[in-house]
Amino acid sequence: MLSHLPILQVILPLLAAPSCLILGRPALAWGFSFATSAAAMLISMLLLQQVWLEGPISYFLGGWEAPWGIEYCIDLLNAFLLLIVSSLSTVVLAGTRQSVAAEVEPNKQTLFYVSWLLCLAGLLGILATGDAFNVFVFLEVSSLSTYTLISLGRDRKALWASYQYLIVGTIGATFILIGIGLMYMMTGTLNMQDLAQRLPVVADTRTVFAAYAFVIVGVCLKLALFPLHLWLPNAYAYAPSAVTAFLAATATKVAVYLLIRFSFTVFGADFGAMDIPLHQLFIALGLIAVFSASLVAILQIDIKRAIAYSSVAQIGYMIIGLGLGSAAGLQATLLHLFNHALMKGALFMSLAAVALRMGSTRLDDLAGLSQRMPLTAMAFVLGGLSLIGVPLTVGFISKWYLVIATLEMGMWPVAVLILVGSLLAVMYIWRVVEVMYFRDPPASSQVSEAPVSVLLPLWLLVVANIYFGIDTALPVSVTADAAQALLGWGK
Amino acid sequence: MLIATAIGIAVNRDLLSVVMLSSIYGLLSANFFVTMDAVDVAFTEAAVGAGISPLLMFTTMAIVGRYEKLPHRWSLSALVLVSITGALLLVATMDMPAFGAPDAPAQQHVAPRYIEQSGQEVGIPNIVTSVLATYRGFDTFGEVTVIFTAGVGVLSLLMVGDRATKPLSSHLLKASQHKILRIVSKVLIAPILLFALYVQFHGDYGPGGGFQAGVIFAAAIIVYTMLFGLDSARQVIDQAWVRVMAAVGVLLYGAVGVVSMVNGGNFLDYDVLAKDPLHGQHYGIIVIELGVGITVAAVMVLIYFSFAGRLVDRGHQDD
Amino acid sequence: MTDMLLTHYNYWVVMVLMMIGFYIVIAQGNLVKKLVGLNIFQTSVFILYISAGKVSGGSAPILDDAISVYSNPLPHVLILTAIVVGIATTALGLALIIRLREAYGSAEEKDIQEQNQC
Repeated sequence: MLSHLPILQVILPLLAAPSCLILGRPALAWGFSFATSAAAMLISMLLLQQVWLEGPISYFLGGWEAPWGIEYCIDLLNAFLLLIVSSLSTVVLAGTRQSVAAEVEPNKQTLFYVSWLLCLAGLLGILATGDAFNVFVFLEVSSLSTYTLISLGRDRKALWASYQYLIVGTIGATFILIGIGLMYMMTGTLNMQDLAQRLPVVADTRTVFAAYAFVIVGVCLKLALFPLHLWLPNAYAYAPSAVTAFLAATATKVAVYLLIRFSFTVFGADFGAMDIPLHQLFIALGLIAVFSASLVAILQIDIKRAIAYSSVAQIGYMIIGLGLGSAAGLQATLLHLFNHALMKGALFMSLAAVALRMGSTRLDDLAGLSQRMPLTAMAFVLGGLSLIGVPLTVGFISKWYLVIATLEMGMWPVAVLILVGSLLAVMYIWRVVEVMYFRDPPASSQVSEAPVSVLLPLWLLVVANIYFGIDTALPVSVTADAAQALLGWGK
Repeated sequence: MLIATAIGIAVNRDLLSVVMLSSIYGLLSANFFVTMDAVDVAFTEAAVGAGISPLLMFTTMAIVGRYEKLPHRWSLSALVLVSITGALLLVATMDMPAFGAPDAPAQQHVAPRYIEQSGQEVGIPNIVTSVLATYRGFDTFGEVTVIFTAGVGVLSLLMVGDRATKPLSSHLLKASQHKILRIVSKVLIAPILLFALYVQFHGDYGPGGGFQAGVIFAAAIIVYTMLFGLDSARQVIDQAWVRVMAAVGVLLYGAVGVVSMVNGGNFLDYDVLAKDPLHGQHYGIIVIELGVGITVAAVMVLIYFSFAGRLVDRGHQDD
Repeated sequence: MTDMLLTHYNYWVVMVLMMIGFYIVIAQGNLVKKLVGLNIFQTSVFILYISAGKVSGGSAPILDDAISVYSNPLPHVLILTAIVVGIATTALGLALIIRLREAYGSAEEKDIQEQNQC
């Protein structure tokens, strides 16, 4: 059975989704989804261990060897991401029952969990596959279920956010499809490793250059890289709270993964540098993303929306790491993928708890929250500290590695700008802290602390934020090796 | 022709004609696919581009209104963006292998094996079906999941609760007053269903297969709904049952994969389903095509019921 | 250059169609029409793939002893999948439009954005 782990990783949630629909009752559907997600997490742990000890695994679907059939190819990079996605899904799902019960209409709750499982299966499918066209198919599975999940938000603006995302997402997916088609025309294959071998021969053609451009732009739309980020704040702000926590912790990570996979594995590490200064472009866009999104975040009156803008800024940091093009930069990006999932998971889950009790996440409504919901408020503060990059949190680790990587390349202005960007994060987190801790709650408010079932997973994430900020051995060694492997593969 | 139609769509402000044109566009591209030897694709494009998609758009239009409100203004930024994309594609065509060249890389590397060996390895004449169901069977599994996902999404967006159980008489979609239409269609529905079954199981030999069959099957039910009203259709076909069928199709497909894993092969390896690999391939393909057909038909019916349900409810609000 | 025109004619049709479709998606205010544009945009990509699979003198890829040259079946398979994905997206998009119209009383981008502002 161990040899089937790569495919079980994906088909488990995939087959659980229709079963969940047949089950019907929301409570049952929640339990079933949680169990499935937990099992997926277990599988991803086993996979990571297996890859760590024995090297990459390849699995031929249908028994047809690649490139004729579709291949699942698990190396350190995607094993690491599979673990991030499935574990975050599990933790967030653990705390969502009350939140979903409060925010989603009763007769739609089962469909909510079905969509959740489909989205999880889609994301895991993108990560696990070694076939370029299969990426497109599973991208659409995850996208369509994401549109559904977002549209289930209470506000009517959720519908508009979902529609906007549908249009942008489909354009992005179609761009990727064009890119894949052009690559196929030039090489005759769809398998990623096969493409990596055959593309260098035709790398000088303008067709391959265009293919690269289409794929990168398509992925960046999905990634919400500045200036293609306009769909993200709305989508995150109006989706049901649990969905925001899930998407923020996983979906953008998968998009970054695609960017890394296509740039480094498929096209080769030094392909992008040939014709256009892609690296510099990435660094510039990343910096602009950090500053513009952070500034906008400071102005928001809704905290959920502010943190959503902060996601755009954080994606900026990841892209800077990529743009450096060095092993250290790549490692910083990979580390930040992991760490950002932890902190955004914690922040959005604490906001979900607030929304559950207060029915709102507007700044003005949070006055004196620390007296009413001390544990939730404390979780938000710790998550915020991690976001800023205070020592002893995971945020510090990512910033540390990123700054070291920039200095290694002699780009000290970039390093300074990264640190200044962190100060902006201090400002938008501090606004919230000030209101929560130094203002009196309205006398009439009868709000009580969030239920244990929400607090427990929330604090699990907070503790993870601190634990992995101190004991960095696991993520650091995995990302270091993954980064080496990526750069080695390209040569 | 295609371009002319597309321009027509761009400048027309009456949504009805836009949708009509888009349906023509679908038919034209289906025609084009036939000349490109892609008969399976043509079949599907005809069913989707000229069938399902305009049908859903008409239904939507009946709800949201027919005319665009605002006169169109040329948007400079959009033009620039579009031109850049177009230019990029133009650049891409520069170094492309010539159209139809047999020595183009696309024709060289992976594809020849499908053409030369699928006869022995899979044993059915339609290569497209071989590739679709076996070599790239997992893509098709993903495709069924996409359909299922869309069904779940539409259901969650347009669910009307249990109001369907109320005895409503919908006059909006009812053409049952037309005696001729009614009789002709009654006569037609049975053959359509039969044709669906034919397409379902004939996919091995000619163009066709689970998806097309599912669409045709759903079309029969949609015709019935149009004629006898949504409520009588809902009486014949229980919506909860359709929902279960949509899930069953995906599960059936997955089950084939799981069975082949239990039998010692990889996921979706049909060789191990029977003693003779060729028989195994054949069983596997029949069952997964059936799974595709069931899910597609169920989801299409579900989507149409959801759309039409909104329309009927609207009709009652207006009364 | 005329050589180029003859051998790449199909791809240029794709380019024009793609630009029209893309333009409708970005610039048009009506939500239904945006989806129609999206369909045109996607169909242009389908044509790109199918054109890439055509072999001169080849016939439809259904095995027959009398035929020796077949067109490439792989792009056909990919596009079958892509068409299905396309209709799934369209259906979901239309369902969203219906809900938007119910919630905002309009299916125009401008109206909805104005209402969102206040």
